[in-house]
Amino acid sequence: MKISRKDVEHVALLARLELTEEEIEAYTGQLDSILEYAAMLNRLDTDNVEPTAHAVPLHNVLRTDEVRRSIEREKALQNAPDSEDGFFRVPKIV
Amino acid sequence: MSIFERYEMVCGVETHVELATKTKIFCGCTTEFGGEQNTHVCPVCLGLPGVLPVLNREVVNLAIKAGLALNCEIAEFSKFDRKNYYYPDLPKNYQTSQYDLPICKNGWLLIETEEGPKKIGITRAHMEEDAGKLVHSGETITTSDESYVDYNRTGVPLLEIVSEPDMRSISEVLAYLEQLVQILEYTEASDCRMEQGSVRFDINVSLRPRGSAEFGIRTETKNLNSFSSVRRCLEYELARQAEVLDSGDKVIQETRTWDEGRGMTLSLRSKEEAHDYRYFPEPDLVPLVIEREWVERIRRDLPELPAARRERLQSLGLSAYDAGVITSSKGLADFFDQALRTCPDAKSLANWVMGDFTRLLKAAEISVIHSPIAPEQLAQMVNLIEKGTISGKIGKSVIEEMFASGKDAEVIVKEKGLAQISDESALVKIIDEVIGNNPASVEDYRAGKERAIGFLVGQVMKATKGQANPGLVNKLLKERLT
Amino acid sequence: MELTAKSAAELHRLLENKEISASELTKAYLERINALEDKVKAFVTLTEDSALKQAAEVDSKLGRGDKLGPLEGIPMALKDNMCTEGVRTTCSSKILENFVPPYNATVAERLRQAGAIMLGKLNMDEFAMGSSTENSAFHVTRNPWDLERVTGGSSGGSAAAVAADQAVFTLGSDTGGSIRQPAAFCGVVGLKPTYGAVSRYGLIAYASSLDQIGPFTKDVRDNALVMNAIAGHDPKDSTSVPYEKPDYTEFLVNDIKGLKIGIPREYFGQGIDAEVDKVLRQAIETLKALGAEVEECSMPHTEYAMPAYYLIAPAEASSNLARYDGVRYGYRAQEAEDIISMFKKTRAEGFGDEVKRRIMLGTYALSAGYYDAYYLKAQKVRTLIKRDFDRVLEKYDVLLVPTAPTVAFKFGEKSTDPLAMYLSDVCTVPLNLAGLPGLTLPAGFAGGMPVGLQLMGKPFDEGTLYRVAYTFEQNTDFHKAKPAFPGEVA
Repeated sequence: MKISRKDVEHVALLARLELTEEEIEAYTGQLDSILEYAAMLNRLDTDNVEPTAHAVPLHNVLRTDEVRRSIEREKALQNAPDSEDGFFRVPKIV
Repeated sequence: MSIFERYEMVCGVETHVELATKTKIFCGCTTEFGGEQNTHVCPVCLGLPGVLPVLNREVVNLAIKAGLALNCEIAEFSKFDRKNYYYPDLPKNYQTSQYDLPICKNGWLLIETEEGPKKIGITRAHMEEDAGKLVHSGETITTSDESYVDYNRTGVPLLEIVSEPDMRSISEVLAYLEQLVQILEYTEASDCRMEQGSVRFDINVSLRPRGSAEFGIRTETKNLNSFSSVRRCLEYELARQAEVLDSGDKVIQETRTWDEGRGMTLSLRSKEEAHDYRYFPEPDLVPLVIEREWVERIRRDLPELPAARRERLQSLGLSAYDAGVITSSKGLADFFDQALRTCPDAKSLANWVMGDFTRLLKAAEISVIHSPIAPEQLAQMVNLIEKGTISGKIGKSVIEEMFASGKDAEVIVKEKGLAQISDESALVKIIDEVIGNNPASVEDYRAGKERAIGFLVGQVMKATKGQANPGLVNKLLKERLT
Repeated sequence: MELTAKSAAELHRLLENKEISASELTKAYLERINALEDKVKAFVTLTEDSALKQAAEVDSKLGRGDKLGPLEGIPMALKDNMCTEGVRTTCSSKILENFVPPYNATVAERLRQAGAIMLGKLNMDEFAMGSSTENSAFHVTRNPWDLERVTGGSSGGSAAAVAADQAVFTLGSDTGGSIRQPAAFCGVVGLKPTYGAVSRYGLIAYASSLDQIGPFTKDVRDNALVMNAIAGHDPKDSTSVPYEKPDYTEFLVNDIKGLKIGIPREYFGQGIDAEVDKVLRQAIETLKALGAEVEECSMPHTEYAMPAYYLIAPAEASSNLARYDGVRYGYRAQEAEDIISMFKKTRAEGFGDEVKRRIMLGTYALSAGYYDAYYLKAQKVRTLIKRDFDRVLEKYDVLLVPTAPTVAFKFGEKSTDPLAMYLSDVCTVPLNLAGLPGLTLPAGFAGGMPVGLQLMGKPFDEGTLYRVAYTFEQNTDFHKAKPAFPGEVA
């Protein structure tokens, strides 16, 4: 086993997902088999291979420092589950 | 007994400064401070589904500029990465930042210490986006049942400047910060508006027994936004760490927050907190390839930095102290240099700039860039004194009048008839009267009491309400009495 | 022939000759949708009112005697991961069920400017994660050729709508095969353009370095027409390439004499259904007969594409999907005592099973201690896969491979085993890693279900793919076959 239940719980916290008992169990097994499958990559020697992060070889894509109109606050807040007085409202932070 | 007799402090600082661009790092929203909440936002900086970032060229220019001023190497290849963590002021729940290939690295700056100049290393400086602002319903974050989020600041470009752990005393830390802020201000990479939170410091500090070569366990106190908070925070945190060490315990490596009101640092530990930023290359932005020509172009346009400026002012005859005072703010130094163009006497000008001029600005709470007296106007006033048109004493009232009305010194002098009386025939009449009215002093002088002439000069000055040219009065008196 | 069965090119002619009006055409499509939707369920949202309004505008333009653009008045629909201003955009997820974007995706804007009429938004696997459209939070979409079978995915709604004549064309997105595989399963033409050819601005990201938008059409000509409208540089997308966009219809010539087609043998190995294999061998013979020079070749790293993809895509997704936290938009769980529990509950309740699984997988692949072993390793393998393509494409103009190992499978057949489902992308994933263009077109039938052949080409050489596809289409009848719905005369 590559993946333990504890790993799954830790990753779920990092990813901010509250998992049920069944989910923890299922994901533990599933992630394990997927990673087991992914381990076949280790058959390849990649010591001198550069990683590819982008499919296209672009660089220096830049824009000029010109102010564009912002959107109206109403529009910014139109999808907010909870807002007040022009702010997004969230529950207790600490 | 001071803790510093037993322990040595080791300190490094991460400084976040807002870069002085018109628009945000990845969208065209304004970076202006103080807009109504959530009015400087767009789909991009709100992190709406589907949006993509496009890098602001000016952010790169200013980062290179600051890097050069801090003696950094500018990377030929640089890229952005995502730093993943959840916080409600971070719209995408990741911050687009730079991880392993920052734009600037291996720099330094010089600070003055009691033992002479000391080099403080700068490990790196990288570009990133700022987060939004939280407003809490209660007094502090910990006592609030809910919080309110304003995303106006989200996406304002930041340069994070990471120092080496080179500082060994609180005064070294402060000297470093002052020097750093001064350099950034000089290059105009940042406005450094501390009161608006545009400069923020994270302080990493530890103690180790004197003589020990290894670093102790450090804490990081985040988000200090003034030099005085840094000083107070360090005083508190070092005392706290010393107490922990004295009792035989270990300092816990952790992130802390500074409570300005209570004057103490507080632990930010939380059982839910798992620190793992999962950096990976930002797929929505392509890398930067920084041609040397680009760097050189910016280097050529670099303004004179504080150290070079101090040196130049000293070469004009200013003392090291005076040169330091004038260059302490770029605004004041620019004012001085501008005035210097039409005022040949640097020393005299410096005295007026540091003296009455600064006093008037302070009293009126006006910054030098908004001064009602233009540099050329101050130069003109100093020149009037040097030429003998007015006395230094009259100058003091003239500058006040200039400050209040914005008028030229020459105009004020003319309107109020403040010019010194240098007309011999007019003065001779008054002098003869004074001689006639003060026979005793005349007698004393003629008897060889040189000092008596001072009294007679004073009487002439009094009779002319201070407008007589004192040198001329002296000369004419002597002629009449011999 | 039914009006709704016609291609965009044919309909354009009818509109210009005033044989039909845009309103009549739009109404015909809305009726067709209403008649079939309870069977197919391709749509998540219908925009009937605005469609009719748009059509009326086109008609008044026609009334003035103005010329129409090639897509003007042509009814179409978008996959529901492309933002449409004022029209809810859900990604078929509960977490965005009520999200109404305040802006248009670049493709939506370009089609609007071209005068195409939007009928609605199309169903998909939640956040484009899936290969069957069974992962939609709302409903499954059924394959028009057999309602017991899946459409493929993740752009299942986009493929089904074109196959069922519910839209003249649609747009989908392809991260690991999400255009090509459903196009093959539903018997339509689907193109995944070169990465950077079509703007991603406004496409709700799954895996940013792989995602690309492309058209589903009834034939190859329409596909080129839609590309003419949507492709080209966009300053809002930093990964959009400033290339010189050709008129793609200029490549529609019925001639492939001397063209070199490579057949990478790794794609025809085990796992490929024998009937599918037979259809493809037949298609290869057809192309040979038309004058193409066909040759077998090898791409040795092909088998590593799947595991590399299933590390890279979920890793990027885990970060892209972090923003769904219930603060600024979308679903928020009630009764959370603090922000962390609000985040955790919102995401637990708002995301479906497959999305959570990929977020978990991706978070793990990026986490401390595993980054080098998984994510970085996968990116290095990505380089090797790219090199395979570079090498063979030096020698061949295009490559021909299957689109999927099988025809459309039955509902539930693979949905219990994630890995088995992932393997249905085995023929499509390598191309996304290399960022190259790929086109799927109908090549025959196996057991009554469509089989699609896949052409893969050089960067920004969609033109050659169109040329080969067009020539094949002109010399075969597969694209003319239509599914018969129960109650309809075939």
